[in-house]
Formats: sequence, structure tokens, C-alpha cells
Amino acid sequence: MNAIVEELLAGEKRQTGTADMMLQLAEWAAASYAHYDRAAVDRITKAAADAAFALAGPLAEAAVKETGFGVAEHKKIKNEICSRGIYEAYKSEDFCSKRVIAEQKIVEVPRAAGIVFALTPSTNPVCTVFFKILLALMTRNAIIVSPHPYAKKCSAEGVLAMAKAAEQAGAPAGIIQIITEPNLPLINYVMQSPRVSVILATGGTPMVRAAYSSGNPAIGVGPGNAPAFVDASADLNVAAKRIIGSKSFDNSILCTNESVVVAEEAIADKLLQAMAKTGAYVAKPDEVDNIREYLFGLGSFNVEVVGKSATEIASRIGIKVPSSTKVILTPIDRVGIDEALSKEKLCPVLGFVRVPHVHSGISTSRALIRMSGAGHSAAIHSSNPANILRFASAVKALRVVVNAPCSQGAAGFGTHLAPSFTIGTGYFGRSSVGENIGPKHLVNWTRIAYSDEANEAFGDFSGLETWNGQAPLPIGREAPMTIGRLQEGAERADQSLFAQVGGDAVADEIALMREEIRRIVLEELRAAFRK
Amino acid sequence: MANPDNAEMLEAQSPEKKEFIRKSIEFWNPGKTQFWQDAGVDLVIDRREGYFLHDMDGRRLIDVHLNGGTYNIGHRHPELVEVLNRGTQRFDMGNHHFPALGRTALAEKLAKSCGGDLHYTIYGSGGGEAIDIAIKTARHAKQKKKIVSIIKAYHGHTGLAVAAGADRFSKLFLSEKPDEFINVPFNDLNAMEDALKAKDVAAVIMETIPATYGFPMPLPGYLTEVKKLCERYDALYIADEVQTGLMRTGEMWGYQRYGIQPDIVVIGKGISGGMYPIACVVVREPYAGWLKQDGFGHMATMGGAELGCLVAMKTLEILERPQMKPMVNYISELMASGLAEIMKLYSDFFVGIRQCGVVLGLEFDYPEGAKPVMKHLYENGVWAIFSTLDPRVLQFKPGVLMTAPLCEELLERVERSIGLARAECKGSGKRRYAA
Repeated sequence: MNAIVEELLAGEKRQTGTADMMLQLAEWAAASYAHYDRAAVDRITKAAADAAFALAGPLAEAAVKETGFGVAEHKKIKNEICSRGIYEAYKSEDFCSKRVIAEQKIVEVPRAAGIVFALTPSTNPVCTVFFKILLALMTRNAIIVSPHPYAKKCSAEGVLAMAKAAEQAGAPAGIIQIITEPNLPLINYVMQSPRVSVILATGGTPMVRAAYSSGNPAIGVGPGNAPAFVDASADLNVAAKRIIGSKSFDNSILCTNESVVVAEEAIADKLLQAMAKTGAYVAKPDEVDNIREYLFGLGSFNVEVVGKSATEIASRIGIKVPSSTKVILTPIDRVGIDEALSKEKLCPVLGFVRVPHVHSGISTSRALIRMSGAGHSAAIHSSNPANILRFASAVKALRVVVNAPCSQGAAGFGTHLAPSFTIGTGYFGRSSVGENIGPKHLVNWTRIAYSDEANEAFGDFSGLETWNGQAPLPIGREAPMTIGRLQEGAERADQSLFAQVGGDAVADEIALMREEIRRIVLEELRAAFRK
Repeated sequence: MANPDNAEMLEAQSPEKKEFIRKSIEFWNPGKTQFWQDAGVDLVIDRREGYFLHDMDGRRLIDVHLNGGTYNIGHRHPELVEVLNRGTQRFDMGNHHFPALGRTALAEKLAKSCGGDLHYTIYGSGGGEAIDIAIKTARHAKQKKKIVSIIKAYHGHTGLAVAAGADRFSKLFLSEKPDEFINVPFNDLNAMEDALKAKDVAAVIMETIPATYGFPMPLPGYLTEVKKLCERYDALYIADEVQTGLMRTGEMWGYQRYGIQPDIVVIGKGISGGMYPIACVVVREPYAGWLKQDGFGHMATMGGAELGCLVAMKTLEILERPQMKPMVNYISELMASGLAEIMKLYSDFFVGIRQCGVVLGLEFDYPEGAKPVMKHLYENGVWAIFSTLDPRVLQFKPGVLMTAPLCEELLERVERSIGLARAECKGSGKRRYAA
């Protein structure tokens, strides 16, 4: 083709038209997938999780290479947690079958959302993609992923591998799709499409706000700025280890990472020493100035340091630190708008502020979150439940991690919170959900409610399946071919032969599923005999 | 005169519509206009968008006639409107004597799409003209005159095309040429072999699925055998893909679905997007000799108008997107299962489904049974047309970009309409339908 013709063909509607086709395909897939039963959904989810797990390592490296953020080894852990980990965490939960609550004369029927539009970040690209896709699959939704442009290649690789595995396991065609060349006008167009059921937005504040302004239901997350309050009752050595481990994890790229350590004066020196022993470099006052200038000198956070290691940041500023340094600790006098280092820092630079007593520790922590991170996360290291309760009730965080690394703990790893890479910041954080996002947020329930009059008997729903006797589901595999009855020669044609020539997608699919079930049963039998 | 059975329809017409229909009879086409009034279909299409037609009196219809696939991707597809607007800022039809940017670009794209050594594209402005070009090309390549086609075939209305088709349209104009154009029954390999045996045939021309004949389906192996017979008896195989091309069978070209590679492919209707007339003939390299011998041998001022080329390229681009194929599969899978359910409800009337992707013929076991179905569909907001050459069969042609909710709505309306038509035909039987 020549350039003149190509230019004439390259109108604005090319990309919105393509997006409409993706949405239309997703709509078909969602309509079909909403009718799948639990066993099929589990098989599909597991297949996608396994495919993701297999790529955990390679895509961790690809993500670091593409974005320059974080530590491949840590990203691999996150990718594993967000593939098989997420599957295992929810495999015993059922989002596909009805629930009968006989004592209330209520039956609850799960209704998938439809199309999930997932915006994924550059900081945690692959694991967020894995996470959101698995959430959508286990709740019988279609999903369209829009990756951050900085991470589009590694994200696409993950999405395509999961889509292939899901479809091979029987998912309808187009159940998982990706916008391979994301840009703002396109993302806005899709976000505003009436076909989108819910937007799962992870990323910067402007993008999250745009999701909320789209007119579609959205679950967005806000930025973090977690205080880590250490009171006098804490086990300082353990606390130090946990804070440093958390702050250095994936070079502090999780939004749940600690921003500033708030230490009670009585134990502050000891805590500093303990932290220095576990890999923290305590910056001297002039070094703190240089760090502040490097990180925030341009007015906003310097994205060049996002997810970079402590030693690399130190060398860029020209500070000599031991090669074993994991975190740079910057003692500061106060928190607030007049201290840039009390803002969110997606790098292993950690503020350290002393407070005279618990009361002040709480007000300092509140001040930190007043700047940013409302509704997000906070940590407290303490053995005093009264302090913990005061802290948690006062600080505007919707998850308060106790005696644990905040990066991982607030995201549900190493705590009993829901494992998640999408942290709901609730009404404090201008979000619709205040807890860690999980599959339950992608499904509504139709509630069948009987009259509460005693003489109105509740029906017997046991043994009833939702979709018994339904016509074969379209799954987008092959266009059917049949001949009618009235055409000449119809009586001569062997319809079964015809079906072979044309291919009967639905029958093939059922055969495939039967074969798969046979295989699973055999495997289980073999396993049982081995025991 | 108006059919008294359609009193209700006439009563509902606005004065403006009545007046318009009168004028249409007076100035445009009295026979055709009156036919539709008698059939109970007083459609005058005003606005159109997507798969919707709006009658001038305001009723909305879902279009599953699509003018034989012309509106395959919908009416006034926004991307086609855009490309046509952009195109007019720079191009017009062009000068057919000279190498032209649009024509060559489309030809290159078609060569790639059609596969094998299908290579050169020759342009017309409509399907009939394209069929004429295909026949002329075959005759030149083989230096033979005879053309074999199917009884009740339909290839258009120009000189050679109309002669190749059913005599329904050639006799009227004394245009049949039985010595040159031989008809054989569809799906009959013996008859085909008999027609070709003497090796005096230039080409067999085949609608991959004969449309106007009500989409009888090629039986398994039929088309591949016909192609083999062509090879054996030195005739070319011309695939008329006017209604079966452009993803309607689930593949870009219908012949691909049946596993054959034609010598000449004729493309019309849908390639225009319903926006700018264009038709194409794609010819295998060895049989395009006249283009080298005498490039001025066939000419058409409007053939391959460059604005049409742009629209055609955009149409192909849309159809080639990876989302398209699964979407056609979904639509046709849902139609298969949904129509089968409806057939169960009215099994003594609605007896068969002919289907290849979104090419569908619905069979009604009643004389001219598709006509009352057409009328009740029309009254219930769906426009589908009966098959002229087999009026027991309703042509049912959903578009390849139909959405899931629209398909669901369509099936619901079809169920209601077939129920009403069945009650009328099998019940009191008070109305009769005649062509």
C-alpha cells in the first residue's frame, strides 16, 4: 500500500472501531460464560493460573527490563502469588452456584458483572494483570486489559498466554482480551462505553479519577502513604527486620509500602540501631537534603527513582553507602507539606520521625495520611492492644497491619486480609470499595425472596441446576453448517458426514470437555492409588 | 389495486406515505411498488444505521436482508462514513486509464486476501458487470465460449450475467442464449460431468451457495468435485462470492470454507459497504492474459472508482480484524441453536434450516410459506426477504457485526412472527399469497 492511501484510511475511528469490536466480542463471551457451571469455571481458572505461573519468572524479568522498575526476583514472587496463589486462595469459594438460605426463605443466584475493564499499572504490571484476570475468570466475567503504556509488552505476553490457556480449557472465545496499543483517548473511549460493566482501575490518581468520572461503575484505588508507628512496647529487633524487609521488597514499588517510620522517642535510638543492623543506611543531615532535592526537587516525585534499589539511588546522588544497603533512612523533623520526604515514595527511601508519646504518634500518622494515602494502609508495631485500637480508630487507613511488613501484609500476604494487588481505599480515599478487592466484588446476586408469612411455604430448590436443559451455548469456535430438509438431495445427504465436513463446534466442545473430565478422574484415581 | 387483505396496513399509513407510494408507482417502478403493497410490506426506508432501517412512518426494523450482504457490516458504518469523508477531501472516482493509487492498493490487498495465485483485480461498479468481466476473462483465457451454470442460479442482470442465470430474468428481455450458457442441476455431479465432458466449456460459474434459489447448501464434497471436473475437462472455475464472501460463511471467502481455490473470484455487494458502488474480479495469474495482451480490452469509467476502493479497503480491514471471526461464529452458533428451538415449537410449519455461518435459509413446509413469514416479520419489526426462485425459503441474513443483545431480540421477534404465520397458514387459512 502507498502512503497516501494509508493516510486516508487512518482516521480517528480506526481505533475506536476496533475497540467497539473488542467490546462486542467480550459481550458475546460474557453472555456465554455467565452460564458455565462451577466445575468448568474452576477448570478454566486453574488452566489460566497455571499458564501465568509458568511465566512468573520470565515475565518478572521482562517487566523489569521494560519498565526499569523493581527487582525481578521479588516480582517473580508476586507473579507466583498472583497466579497459583490467588487460585489456591479462592478455589474453595463458589461464585457460580446458587445459595439456599432456607431459614430466611431466600435463594441467591450469582450474576456475573459482564465485561470487566482492567487498567493495570507500570509498577506492578504482570502480577496485577494475572490477579485481575483470575478474579474475572472465577466470577464468570469477560475481561479487557488496558496495560500501562510503559509495560504493554510484558503485560500483553501474560494476557495472551492466559487467554490461550483459558480457551483451550473450554472458555468462550474472546473471554480475555488486551488493548495492545493503549493511549488516553482510547482508554477514555472504552471506559465510557455502555458495554463496560465495571472498571477495575489501578494506577495514578488522574487515571483512577477518570474511571470514576466515566459514568460506569468503577472500583478505583488511591495512592498510599503508609505510616509505620513503632511504640515503646514493640519488639524492636523484629520490628526493624519487618520494616526493612517490607520497604526493600521489590524496591518499595507496592503502594502499601511504609512511607515514614514514626517512632516513640523512648525507643527511637534503639530502633535506628536495629534498622541499621538489618540493612538500613541512616542518612546524615546534608545527605537528607540531597535526597529530598533529588526525589522531590522538581515539585513532584522523580519517576526516575521509582522501583530503583537503595544503592543505585545513593550512587546517583553521590552518597557512599555499604553495598549491603537495602533501605536509605532519612531522619526528618516533622511531617506535612513543608517536608517533602513525608510524601509517598515508591522507592526504598524511608522517612524517620521521632514523637514524644503515643498521642503524638497517632496525630503524626494522621498528618501523614492527610497529605495523601487516605483510606489506604498503615502499620503499627506494638504489643499494646489499647494503643493499636486507638491508632486504628484514629488514622484514616482502612487496613492497619500489626507487627508485620506493611507492603505484603496490607496486600493480604502474611496476614489474613484478602490477598490483593488492588487495594480499595473506601470513602476516605474516594473509592467505592474499602477492602482489598477480591472476586466477590465482580459478582452481584439475584435474591429470590419468599413472603415471610408463615403459611407461605419455601420451595425445595435442592438438586436444581440453574441452566439445566438450556440450548447449546455459543462459544465462538466455529460457524455451523447444516442443510435443511426441503432442498433437493437433502434426503441423500448424510447429516453426520455433513457435520464432520462443516465441523460442529458445540459437539466438539462437549467431546473435549468429556475427554478432559475423563483425564481428571483418571489422574485422581492414580493419585488415590499411590497413597 | 390494493389488496383488500391489507386494509389494516393501509389504514396505518400516513398521508405522506400514501402520496409517496402513489408517486413511486407513477414515476419509478409500478410493478415492483405494487408487488410490495400487495404482499403487505409497505416499507419506505428513510433513516438507516447499524442493522436498523427506519420506515418513513417511523417504524424501526432489524435488517436481516442486508441487500444480499451489501450491509454486511451494517448501514453507514462509522468507519466507512469517515473514510469516505476523508477520501473526498483528496480523491474522486479517478481516471480509469491511468495507474491509480486506490485501485492498485485494493488490488494488492485482494491478492493477499484471496490466497493462492489469485493475483490481478479487474474492477466493475456492480456485481453483474463483474460477472461479465469474469466470463469474458475466462473465454479469453480458454478461447472457448460455453459457460456452465446452475439451474436457478442468479448472477445479475447484465448481458452475460443474465444469460448465465435462471431464465426468470433473461426470457423477459429475449436475452437467453441456451447455446452458450448451459444449466445443470445443483449438487448433481453427473450432470456437471456430462456438461463438461466435451471439453468445449470455458468456465463453470458457481455461486458458492446459490442465494436467490434459497441457499441450498452444497452437499459434502460437491464443490471440490466440481473444481476437479473443471481441471479434468479444461474449464475454469469462477466463484461468484457476491453473497458468500466477506466473512459471511465464517471465513473471509466462502470457497475457503469449502476447501477450494477458484480460478476467478467475483466480489460485489458487501465490498462496497453499501456506501460506494464497487465490484471486483480477482483472477489467477495464468488466466489474466488479456491484461497483458490488451490492457484496454475492457474498460469502465466508474469501475473501481477510487472512493469505492477506499471504502472497500476499509471494509476488508474491518473484516480482517482478529475479533471478527469469533464474532461471526458466535452469531451463527446462536442462530443455529435459537432457530432450532423455534423449529421445535412450530415443527409442522418451520421444517428446516439451511446454514453456513450467517448465510441462512429458513424452510417452511407450505406453498410459498416464506411470504407470510416475511409479512409477519415485517409487522413485528424485522425485515427479511423470501427467495425469489424458491419461495418456501426465507433468506435470513444476519450481519457479521450484530451484537449479542440484538441477536437475542431478533430471535424473540422471529419466534413470535413464525408463530403468527403458522397460525395463519395452518389455522383459518383465510389469506393467500401469490407472487
